[in-house]
Amino acid sequence: MNAILEIDRLTKQFGGLSAVCDVSFKVRDGGILGLIGPNGAGKTTIFNLITGVYSVSGGGVRFNGRTITGMEPFRIAELGITRTFQNIRLFKNLTAFENILTACHRSAGYSIAQALLRLPRFRREEIVLRQKAEELLSIMGLEDRAEVQANNLPYGLQRRLEITRALALDPKLLLLDEPAAGMNPDETEQLMALISEIRTRFKLSVLVIEHHMDLVMRLCESIVVLNFGQKLAEGTADEIRRDPKVVEAYLGPGGN
Amino acid sequence: MEYILGILILSAINLVAVLGLSILTGFTGLFSFGHAGFMAIGAYVSAIVTARLNLPFMVGFLAAGLVAGIVSLGLGRLTLKLKGDYFCIATMGFGEAVRLILNNWNWVGGARGWESIPKFDGAGNALPLAIAAVAVILVWNLVNSRQGRNMVAVREEELAAQMAGISVLRTKMLALVVSAILAGIAGGLMANFIGFIAPKTFNMVKSTDLTIIVIFGGLGSISGSIVGAFLLTALPEIFRAFSDWRLVFYGLAVVVIMVGRPQGLLGGVELTPSGLRRILAKRRVRALQKAEIPGAAGQGGKA
Repeated sequence: MNAILEIDRLTKQFGGLSAVCDVSFKVRDGGILGLIGPNGAGKTTIFNLITGVYSVSGGGVRFNGRTITGMEPFRIAELGITRTFQNIRLFKNLTAFENILTACHRSAGYSIAQALLRLPRFRREEIVLRQKAEELLSIMGLEDRAEVQANNLPYGLQRRLEITRALALDPKLLLLDEPAAGMNPDETEQLMALISEIRTRFKLSVLVIEHHMDLVMRLCESIVVLNFGQKLAEGTADEIRRDPKVVEAYLGPGGN
Repeated sequence: MEYILGILILSAINLVAVLGLSILTGFTGLFSFGHAGFMAIGAYVSAIVTARLNLPFMVGFLAAGLVAGIVSLGLGRLTLKLKGDYFCIATMGFGEAVRLILNNWNWVGGARGWESIPKFDGAGNALPLAIAAVAVILVWNLVNSRQGRNMVAVREEELAAQMAGISVLRTKMLALVVSAILAGIAGGLMANFIGFIAPKTFNMVKSTDLTIIVIFGGLGSISGSIVGAFLLTALPEIFRAFSDWRLVFYGLAVVVIMVGRPQGLLGGVELTPSGLRRILAKRRVRALQKAEIPGAAGQGGKA
């Protein structure tokens, strides 16, 4: 198995509290892994550790065989790990197009001097950036909302825009933090189709935190269950469903 | 006529400084109450270059921008890791420190100030206007580049900007250095326009004046900064007839605008053909939403 992401005995302590303790798992290259667990189990903390938002207290993260622990967040994003947030974080006052155009910045390499003087390289690369942003919006079905200010978009489309923005960096691994939160069953269904589609289209590996069990069970090829910062179980959807420890964590002792 | 030209030149000088602050505050979201410090550095550097070294004005202005820019690199390294409010306080301290150092430095006149600095006149009066025009073009190009968009991203949502591969620190540093260079050049222009500089010209009131112009004109708008710089430089002159009351009127005018339009005169919009089209389109959408039957307003998102 070729792992794109290896989490090795990852630990994060806030003061005396271990938010994440000794957690290890791998994401297969091209695979899709679900991260589930009750509230406060440390799921989002793991995302923040992978993306460098929090500093790691112990253990490490390897991406494509390279240790990324301790790297600055923007470098980790450059390497090819991008994410969405549980509470959507768009550039609210910008249009959908501008949101994506901003995130495409890595596809251009012109310098500040070239930009100030509008030299040929600037002009050439700006055209490419704009084409790329337009293309991404139309792939994601947002082309007719391109000029709408991000915070005026309906909730479901804001999520979609945030995923589009994450894709604008040409990531290899996409981290989705509760993408279906606040969505109705219909929108959740659409979202699942979207995730499957972009996975094949952009050759992505995906790590997804989700509370909608049916979504995780149907979408993910394997699942990691967290509880109180520790890994409780790992396996396929069927294995997880039958695991007595998981049932107990979710439903309390004697739940089955 | 001379009087009007004087106000025009003063507006152009203020505009150069305001453009820089517009980048820092309006586009990157960092507030500074110390940019008079960079203006002071520029003013004294240009005074030294033109009065002591007898070099041309342009050399003075370039040196003014350069030195202010270098000083801002140092200030940025020390303070840009601070969160917004703390950064603001730090810049305030910086501005006052610069002023106090100049106050006690007798080689450049100390607290009494420095008289008889070479003044540009005649054709030289075109200098500040030309420099302001070039500054407008360069700043416009900056905000419409990927570097400029990164600044807006940092202003809008710092964490998301980082996750989009944007180095927040580098972006803030760029904004600070650009703003300091422009403030430095403006200070140089001021020294060689008035011919007299004193540390108290560059006190905190001067810094807040600049910030007021940026906010008044509208955050995130170059056109707003231009309109603001000319309007707010001219306003105290227009109210000069009221003598002692003029600053009260000035203050009142600013309060009225801020209450009526909290986003500033032109917050987030530009006076360009496409910018105006966008404003009109927004108006139309709003009118349509109002015309809709109230009962259907709940699902207005699809409209």
